[in-house]
Amino acid sequence: MNLRQKVEEAGSLGILAARAFRAMFTRPFEVGTWFAQMEQIGVRSLGVAGITTVFTGMVLALQTAYSLPAIGVKYYLGTVVSKSLVRELGPVLTALIVGGRIGAGMTAELGTMKVTEQIDALRAMAVDPVKKLVVPKLVATLIMLPALTILGDALGILGGLLVAVLQLGLAPSFYLNDVFGSLTLADVFSGVGKTFFFAYFITIIACYNGLHCEGGADGVGRATTNTVVLSSILVLVSDTLLTKLFYLLT
Amino acid sequence: MSEPPVTDALFEIRGLHKSYGDRRILDGIDFDVRRGECLVILGRSGTGKSVTLRQLNGLEVPDAGQVRFDGLLVSGLSEQELFPIRRRIGMLFQGGALFDSLDIFDNVAFPLREHTALSEPEIEDTVRAKLALVGLEGVEEKMPPDLSGGMKKRAALARSLALDPEAMLFDEPTTGLDPITSATIGRLIRSIQEHLGVTSVVVTHDVALARRIGDRLAFLDDGRFVFLGDWQEADASGPRQLEDFLEGREEVAHAA
Repeated sequence: MNLRQKVEEAGSLGILAARAFRAMFTRPFEVGTWFAQMEQIGVRSLGVAGITTVFTGMVLALQTAYSLPAIGVKYYLGTVVSKSLVRELGPVLTALIVGGRIGAGMTAELGTMKVTEQIDALRAMAVDPVKKLVVPKLVATLIMLPALTILGDALGILGGLLVAVLQLGLAPSFYLNDVFGSLTLADVFSGVGKTFFFAYFITIIACYNGLHCEGGADGVGRATTNTVVLSSILVLVSDTLLTKLFYLLT
Repeated sequence: MSEPPVTDALFEIRGLHKSYGDRRILDGIDFDVRRGECLVILGRSGTGKSVTLRQLNGLEVPDAGQVRFDGLLVSGLSEQELFPIRRRIGMLFQGGALFDSLDIFDNVAFPLREHTALSEPEIEDTVRAKLALVGLEGVEEKMPPDLSGGMKKRAALARSLALDPEAMLFDEPTTGLDPITSATIGRLIRSIQEHLGVTSVVVTHDVALARRIGDRLAFLDDGRFVFLGDWQEADASGPRQLEDFLEGREEVAHAA
């Protein structure tokens, strides 16, 4: 792909992002479809999001305690685990894991519809595919990714608690006091705030790849891979920028 | 908006050009589709028949040229602006393009739910009537993958007729069907055109179908219509490319 095509593609991604945003606030609101998508995107990602963050919390506690034993860092375990999770690891890992799962699903679904002319059929019936297909996915992801992140943060802190109590012999109340004593509202906002951006990026990339899919089953496969790779990279890059921006603003 | 003049032609196509990258597909096409007729566009695979068809309801945008439907300009409109026009034009896709996630009833009901204020019982009556029109009964609850190719096409036809279109576009309606099912589809297309007065444009490479249903035929070769006329003219004085095609003769090297 040459530079011109890349620029064109970035342009059409931007157009889709803008069109989807506008369509989100245009009547009619198909709340039923939104809820169906929220179940598909959110509820069915609970397991994978939970496992990811529980184990991250546990390993974070272990590494912290064992890598810096001399300075008594295990007494600040609650601070280290909760700050790292809530500010950074919870949002990013949830976006990577859940984003990969739902993004791949969206691209495969829309891509199959594209190559079997179902998208064209919608257009031929005077129905806007963006309004009908993209908006419910966007709304559901914008609600469910932050929700899963908050849940994941809590589970990760619980994972840290398990290690603190069972492995390092700390009292549960000691660890939890540390968590609640150090965690601020700003931590939560900066962490969860990023997930709205991640949700938007993941959905738009996934839907764009699906809607522009070509070349049969093979094309759907390639588009799906592309979604997972591109959305993961964009999550990581935008995370750095958003974090920097957040510290600039506060 | 001023009333467009009522003419004999429902579709007017002028100077249509379309390329994909370096590949020139349509190289200046002009034709009219008259009200109430069935125009068949014949041509070999990959000559741009489907591309031509997809310009008629604005699914694809021409590089140059104009498409008018009932006096209204189709080419150059945005998706949103096209919607009122598309509601008046039904389209049957090659594979049917039924929505996999919906059963047959919901597929046929889909355009009604999107565009009309009909109550559920009224929708139910309309859906059954449209399914009966294409000779399908008792398949309402089935999912599209559970139907045979011919039944899918018929269900898709019922869906595209749901809003009582003034014109129907058919993209390869018999590809992949056995000869008997093809004949049934051909008969359906003809009866819709005759009994409902629907103007039809059919893209196909099925010569038997074209003879059965076409009032006029257009033959697309190398980006242009090399023939446009009725069957009598085609058989009497069609160009050699059309003759070869109708007879199924292998290509003799064309003089450039």
